[in-house]
This record gives sequence, structure tokens and C-alpha cells, in this order.
Amino acid sequence: MPNRNLGPIFVTVTSMREGVITATGLVKSFGGLVAVGGIDFTVMPGEAFGFLGPNGAGKTSTMRMIGCVSPPTTGDLQLFGLDPRHDGRTIRARLGVVPQMDQLDNELTVVENLLIYARYFDISRREARSRATELLEFVQLSERANSKVEPLSGGQKRRVSIARSLINDPDVLILDEPTTGLDPQARHVLWDRLYQLKEEGRTLVLTTHYMDEAEQLCDRLVVMDGGRIVAEGSPQSLIATYATREVLELRFGRGRNADHVADAAEVGERVEELPDRLLVYTTDGEGSLATLRNRNIVPDSALVRRSSLEDVFLRLTGRTLVD
Amino acid sequence: MATPAAVRIAERELLLYRRIWRENVIGAFVQPFLYLVGVGVGVGSLIDDGGDRAAILGETSYFAFYATALLATTTMFNTSQEALWPTMDGFRWSNAFRGMIGTPLEPRDLATAFLLTFGGRALVTSGGVACVLALFPSTRSLGLFGAVPAAVLCGLAFAMPIAAWTGSRDVDNTFPAILRFVVMPMFLFGGAFYPVEQLPRALEVIAWFTPLWHAIELCRGLVLGGVDTGSAVGHVSVLVSYIAAGWLACTIVFDRRLRP
Repeated sequence: MPNRNLGPIFVTVTSMREGVITATGLVKSFGGLVAVGGIDFTVMPGEAFGFLGPNGAGKTSTMRMIGCVSPPTTGDLQLFGLDPRHDGRTIRARLGVVPQMDQLDNELTVVENLLIYARYFDISRREARSRATELLEFVQLSERANSKVEPLSGGQKRRVSIARSLINDPDVLILDEPTTGLDPQARHVLWDRLYQLKEEGRTLVLTTHYMDEAEQLCDRLVVMDGGRIVAEGSPQSLIATYATREVLELRFGRGRNADHVADAAEVGERVEELPDRLLVYTTDGEGSLATLRNRNIVPDSALVRRSSLEDVFLRLTGRTLVD
Repeated sequence: MATPAAVRIAERELLLYRRIWRENVIGAFVQPFLYLVGVGVGVGSLIDDGGDRAAILGETSYFAFYATALLATTTMFNTSQEALWPTMDGFRWSNAFRGMIGTPLEPRDLATAFLLTFGGRALVTSGGVACVLALFPSTRSLGLFGAVPAAVLCGLAFAMPIAAWTGSRDVDNTFPAILRFVVMPMFLFGGAFYPVEQLPRALEVIAWFTPLWHAIELCRGLVLGGVDTGSAVGHVSVLVSYIAAGWLACTIVFDRRLRP
């Protein structure tokens, strides 16, 4: 990692008790369309903070406001105690941004992409070169430093984007859907790198519509739906509040799930009916299944699992996260 | 110690340009040379033998008359194209410009950087044409040193307004029309092939408002002599006005585009 002392020195000091990012009544509308409908949140220093929600929930609009590239329509937003309306440049100098779509120069090499980006922060060429070397090592792309970006895989390109976003040694790293479109193996490599950044104490702000990603990376998250925050907390506390310990998934075959909603309700605290299965929320999945079988109600298949953020989202919005 | 933002953006262009400079520089020689031989020599020989040439062009040969206009027209064509597809790439395809404004850079810095990058391209192109003109006795003149910056102004007077227009587009399907119906007519009616006085009065008046006519008059006057200070200042003022208006339009359009 680059030496943190090398970053620009700012007079603003954010105490450990204050949020790095504070939003109050934050609204973003485009013409008549309200993308973000008045949200409040605080991101603490060193925290990994997530926005979980389906496509169109207002996550990207929120991220663009935090990134100081989209002025809030109304409401108050502060980063490092500064207002993006007046201090956008100063704030952006302390942010790292990993956009949803990679914005790399495909015709340039991996290392050139990093060097050019460093110049946007007015980092000297010499300093940029040494940081680029370290960062490519960090994202495990040293051997690809001099190859063009174009032929790299999706996961490699995303790692270039992450290396690029760290070139200014940012205090806050903003990641919009960091692993969307990547295969499982590439996602795990990326999570590992992000986890290391988190351990170093860097503040991470990320959006995702993958519950496993949110569970793995986020200390705290907000669930967004339709431009609003519908719940907030740690992944564990959200699951504890909005779901039961376990979920019993029952499949009775096409068209017959609906017939068993009442039976299922008797053995659990709550039942969700999905097109292909019933979800029975219960503290003891195996016990609930045994009770059903004792009553001669035998599903085609049954599965007991721990509750996840997916269940939280279903409870809060009545919809699944990934369609 | 701090390097101006526009210069740091232009460093990216320079890095990209390093990959294509050979083709670009060769093009800057070959294209005007072909035009010069095809039109200047070919058509010129027909005209210079004709009876009325002296009444219209004075002592100037048709070759010299046409060749000097190439400084402005070649630069116009090249920078206009630069301001279309490559600019679209930054906004829509590679999204490089969106990446820039996530850093301390502002859309306004990008507009200012365009003055440098398009100006640089215009310098290469007009420099190439000037080298070709220096090969021929009738256009070999110290005035070429003044005509190159004049042609750079011409290039910017096209590139900046076109870049602003490109920044407002979502698709590139209208780009060929810009070249066919805006740039090409100026080439044909802007005084490159004949003095605009030869045109019907209405078209002549229109030509006075085009940046190309002013640029051609300026380049021709500087290389062949015969431009007085007053007219030169007038021509430069018009070109600079187009550039300034284009820059201002870029700042507004880019801000709307990149920071919705």
C-alpha cells in the first residue's frame, strides 16, 4: 500500500466520533423522476458501509452524490465535514471511485491507465510510478502491467479499476456494484482484496444487489427500495430483526405450492410464497419439517438453511433482490 | 509547482497520440499534397491559361490561390473529425471523461484541455500543409510562419463548437451529416476554390459569417501578402469569437452531461 503520509494534507480533521459521510434528507430527482426520495445515513471512519437494493432502488444516484459528481436536489450532504456544493474538488481528492462500468482507456496499458489517473490528482510522475507498482502488486496484476487493458478479463479489468481508485491513497473508497457481471472465482478474488482494504482501516462504501457480498463485506448497511431506506443495521442485526434463525424451503411441484401455505404456516412463524417454492421462517427448520411429515404433508423437496439478507429484503419489500 | 488541470488532461491525449502519430503526421503531408496536385495543378493549368484570370485573381496563380486555402481547409477537416468520434468515445464509449470528473478535475478543465489537444492536432496538420507549400516557389514565403497559427485558430473554431455538440449527443448517427452538410459546404463555398465575390450576393454574405472564409483570407493574405492589419485583426477576432463561444458551450454541455 502507498504510504499514507504521502497524501495531501488537509486542515479538516474528522474526529473518530463524527461520521465521514453524513446525509440528511438527501433527495435526487431528474425532472419529475425521483431517484432518491429523502434518505438519512452516516458512515463512520473505517467502516464498510453498504447500500443493498434491487436495480432502480436509487443506489447509483446516491453513490454519484457521495462521489461529488451529481449535486443533490435538496437535503444536506457532508463528507469530511465539507459540502460537495462548494468543496467538490477537495473532497474528490480524498475519494477513490470504482464505477459500475469500468472507465479504463482500453488502448493504453494497465500501468499507463494508473499513471494517467495519478496525474488527474496532480501526483508527480515519479511518485505515481512507485504507487502504481505497489498497487498492481496489491491487485495481483504486476505481470500484466505492460499489457493493454482491452484483452483483460472482466475480473482483471475490475482489479485495474480498484488499483486505479487507490492511486491517490483515498480515505474513502466508493464501489458501485463491484462484482456485478463477474464469475464466482473472480468475485472471491475481489472480495479478498476489498477485505484487506477494510482491515487496513480504509472506509468502504459500496452498493450491491448480492446479499452474500453485503454479508461478507459490510459492517453496516441500509436496505434501499424505491429511492428510500427501508431498514438499517448490521447484516446480523437485520437478519435477527426481520427474519428467523432458519428458513425451511419447500417445493411441492408446479401449481401445488399455494395449496400448502396454510399447512406451512402452522409449523413456522411466517410463510412467503414464491412462484417456485414456499419459504417457512422458523427457529428450527428440521423440527418444522418433521412436524409437517408427521401430518403426512410431504413436499417434493425440502431444504433447511440459515436466514440471509435476501430474506430480510423479501420481508421488507415483498420482492426478491435478483429477478 | 502544481501543473494546470488542462495540461494534465492533455497528457492523456499525448499518450494516446503516441500510438497513432506516424499515420497522423504522414496524413498531414499526403492529403494536402494530393489535393494540391489534383486541383491546384490540374484545374490551375486550365484556369491560368484562360483570359479572365487576371481580372479575378490579379497576379496570383490559381495554384497559389488554392494552395494557401488548404492550410485552413485541411485543418478544418481534421479537427472537425477529431471533435466528433474521439470525443464521443470519452463521453459514451470508454467513458474516460466520466472517470476524470471523479477526480479533482471539473468539466470546465476538460473544455480547456480541448483547446490544447485540438490545438495540438491542428498544429501538426497545418504544419504538414505548410511544409508541402514550402516545396513550391509560388507559395514559399515567411508568411507561412504566420499562417500556421492562423490555421490552428481555424481548427479550434471548428473543433470547439463541434465538441460541444458531440457532448450533447447519445449516438453518433448524425456525425456524417455534420461533415456533409456543415463542413463540406464551407469547403465548397468558403472561398477555397474561387473568391467569394464570384458567388451570388446572398451566398457571399453567408460566407462572411463562416469561420472558414476568415481563416482562408487570413492564411492566403499572410502567405501571398496583401492582408492589411485591420482585416487581419478582424479575421482573428471572428475566429477567436467562435473558439470562445465553443469553449463556453463545452463548459455548459459537459457539466450537464457529466454531472447530472
